[in-house]
Amino acid sequence: MTQTELTTTAAASAAEAPPPVRARRRFSRENVTRLLFVAPAALYLVLFFGYPVVKNITMSLQDYTTKTFFTGEAPWVGFANYQAVLSSNLFWPSMTNTALFTIGSIAGQFIIGLALACFFKRRFPLSNFLRSMLLLPWLLPLIVSSATWRSILEQDSGILNQFLGTFGIEPVPWLTSPAVALIAVVLVNIWVGIPFNVTILYGGLQDIPDELYEAGALDGATGWKAFRHITLPNLKPVISVVLVLGVVYTIKVLDIILGLTNGGPANATQTLSIRSYQESFINFEFGVGAAFSNILILISLVFAVIYLRANRRAVDE
Amino acid sequence: MTTVDAAVVPVPAQRNAGKERTRSAGYTALGILFLAVMLFPVYWMVNASLQPSGNTLTASFFPLNPSFDGYARAIAEQGPNLVTSLIVSLGTVVFSLLVAAPAAYALAQFRFRWVNIALLAILISQMIPGIVIANALYAAYNDLGLLNSIPGLILADATHAIPFVILIMRAFMIGIPTSIVEAARVDGAGLVRAFVSIVLPISRNSLITAGLFAFLFSWSDFLFALTLTTTDEVRPVTLGIYQYLGTQVSNWSAVMATAVLSSLPAIALLILAQKYVAAGATGGAVK
Repeated sequence: MTQTELTTTAAASAAEAPPPVRARRRFSRENVTRLLFVAPAALYLVLFFGYPVVKNITMSLQDYTTKTFFTGEAPWVGFANYQAVLSSNLFWPSMTNTALFTIGSIAGQFIIGLALACFFKRRFPLSNFLRSMLLLPWLLPLIVSSATWRSILEQDSGILNQFLGTFGIEPVPWLTSPAVALIAVVLVNIWVGIPFNVTILYGGLQDIPDELYEAGALDGATGWKAFRHITLPNLKPVISVVLVLGVVYTIKVLDIILGLTNGGPANATQTLSIRSYQESFINFEFGVGAAFSNILILISLVFAVIYLRANRRAVDE
Repeated sequence: MTTVDAAVVPVPAQRNAGKERTRSAGYTALGILFLAVMLFPVYWMVNASLQPSGNTLTASFFPLNPSFDGYARAIAEQGPNLVTSLIVSLGTVVFSLLVAAPAAYALAQFRFRWVNIALLAILISQMIPGIVIANALYAAYNDLGLLNSIPGLILADATHAIPFVILIMRAFMIGIPTSIVEAARVDGAGLVRAFVSIVLPISRNSLITAGLFAFLFSWSDFLFALTLTTTDEVRPVTLGIYQYLGTQVSNWSAVMATAVLSSLPAIALLILAQKYVAAGATGGAVK
């Protein structure tokens, strides 16, 4: 028992009639009340996070379809759903797309985010105001961003192609050509993710003591040199957190792709989460959908472990 | 450079200050340029919503002859959905704070032996893809009769909010000095009384931050709106926009007007509650 706990219980027993010391230890009213503070949240987490994870595992081993909702029967089929997933001709394309979408988004968000964070670190009039206004794309509902970008990227009359047209560039079929749709979706997702990267990286930059730069300047480390030898090494823990968290958030993106392309054209923007959604809620093959989402969970889990390690390092340093 | 400055600042320093000032003005200009590029889509959304011709996208760069037809149509078609979104979001705020605030306090101050394990579980829960939750909830809600219901959506949307609220409020509450609560306990207040009448008022700012974000998360929710509603009785506005986008878009000004209306909470919060938004943006992620 810690010092504070001792004093708290002492204060409590001063107020109430002191019950026998032993019984008070575990099941006193005080301790029960303490547990009641966390009970609703614990129950909620179990029901709305724990149960779905378990249910997805069992579902993925069952033939779980629309019929199940009428008859209540979901026969066990072993790994048949996983076989269906692995042998489906959309599996490898969606794996590749998930990887390209994630890597492309993260690279773009991070590089632009870091550049902007470094820029805003120089204090100038309005810098704080401008930086906080930059958060807007992140706060908008994703489906709103999708709708807006769809109008901007429209092939015939969208403003982007009109703008490119003034340089003599032919209209690009951003969302209707399988060759460029994934690139367009990545570009939009970069735009959505920049504010988050700026915010976290800016926070990290603020924590680097000015003395380091002053000492570096004496040794001739300014500008790019200072960035390479002072900023980057000191920012490393924050960078790893941003990157891993970025992967975990990007890998499950659904809204943006559904809003922009619905997984099309010609399945060019199918990702694991789109597959999972479409198998479950378009084809009503919940077993197959669950198998897809379990693969998604597995990948997220790997990065979650990396995140926790990176985060621990960030806290330690 | 004003005369007042010239009188106060010695000459060599004055030249430096002048240089410094042009330089920082340059930075400000550059910053405004960056912001303008980043926020151009938002401008374009507003601009497109005010264009008179609904059917094509041919929009002039400035809404010189603003037309509110898009808004009239948006409100007529999406008005009820906006109200649904509002009710669901407010419900999510209340529910999330009720569940998460006491837990945050307990995890910050009660020194349970398993605090770190609980925090780990909360962090991991934030990483679980929404589609996993939707898959399982659809089946469960179907049995429980919670599909197409506002309580069903509130409970589901709270998955976006509760882990975040616990983490961000705990980060704040860990700094509350124990002596304040102890003083009340000596005066005879129980744990619950001390929490309600002392801890919560002190934590006002973090409650507001948490509440604002819970609102935004729920208001922005698309996945649960898409999967847990099947009729148009209960239909959040995010799903309304998606359905506009579903087939060939026939009326862009109405779509964009709905988009603008759906952006109002985010825009209003960013302007009116900047302090709280900034606190939430940094607090939730790395702590």
